[in-house]
Amino acid sequence: MTEAECAECGTTLDLADDLETGEIIDCGTCGAELEVIDVNPPVLERAPELEEDWGE
Amino acid sequence: MKIGMLYSRIRRDEKLLLSELRERGHDVTKIDVRKHQFGLHDTTAPVDDLDIVVDRCLATSRSLYATRFIESYGVPVVNSPETAEICADKAKNSLALAEAGVPTPETKVAFTKESAMEAIEAFGYPCVLKPVVGSWGRLMAKIDSRSAAEAILEHKATLGHYEHKVFYVQEFVEKPGRDIRVVATDGEPVAAMTRTSEHWLTNAAKGGVTENFEWDDEALELVQKASDAVGGGLLGVDLMETGESYTVHEVNHTVEFKALNEASDVDVPAAVVDWLEAKAAEKTAAEAVA
Ligand SMILES: [Zn+2]
Repeated sequence: MTEAECAECGTTLDLADDLETGEIIDCGTCGAELEVIDVNPPVLERAPELEEDWGE
Repeated sequence: MKIGMLYSRIRRDEKLLLSELRERGHDVTKIDVRKHQFGLHDTTAPVDDLDIVVDRCLATSRSLYATRFIESYGVPVVNSPETAEICADKAKNSLALAEAGVPTPETKVAFTKESAMEAIEAFGYPCVLKPVVGSWGRLMAKIDSRSAAEAILEHKATLGHYEHKVFYVQEFVEKPGRDIRVVATDGEPVAAMTRTSEHWLTNAAKGGVTENFEWDDEALELVQKASDAVGGGLLGVDLMETGESYTVHEVNHTVEFKALNEASDVDVPAAVVDWLEAKAAEKTAAEAVA
């Protein structure tokens, strides 16, 4: 288990060990979508908004 | 093998793939397409010595262009830009299925409100209006009456992006409360599930209940034909039962498989990686001959 701060509300988040750069994580406290910018040590930033239709 | 993954977001699906690839000892290069430029002869993305690139871009435009450029550098990419182009557009998708003789719902495309209204009235009610691009069932409307049709067409005309100026009208298929999602690699089914919902949209993203699907020969044949119709690849084929037979609604090229992985006994990421290994080997064999 590793930790990082929510970029939105500052809460400390417990993160899984198999964290990936580019992964999207939801903050359980404020609900912000966070993107993993770096894994070692973990850095989180607010994830960019959906810009167009994507997915299936 | 050396495998590249194009992405801009890593979801559960991509994590499953990455961990399967790494467990097998493959050398994985993650390529965040937001950080690179794609030139006519080369790119800042590290693609030179890759055996194969797998596209996991969610955004349609990124997927279409990045795969086109990667292919132009002589690096094999799945799914191919040709497949992406057909699958990203519901109208092209429908046309490809119909041309290949795959049963698909009756569909009309119109370019003005007036003409769309005529198409809707010709189908009768209910019928379905969908954006030609889009995902997860967003902005799809089941139209029950003329007044609903008028309101929706007016909203689209007022609020819509230019892509919403293409009206894609489709017959409403009475299904037995469920539809079928198949993940296939070049038409070979990997796993399938049914999605049941009270709501007419049964996307897993919208909270339908999923169950295992029992195969029959006809479903197998249709999945193969539908895959061939769009050029093959790692695809999600959406079928509905019509009583005697099936109808294929669409084929998706950026297939999500986490729900299917959970719903079925099949290890979907493992099957996908088996297929990627085979694709990369084909390429290596072709180079050895040349
Ligand atoms: Zn937060």
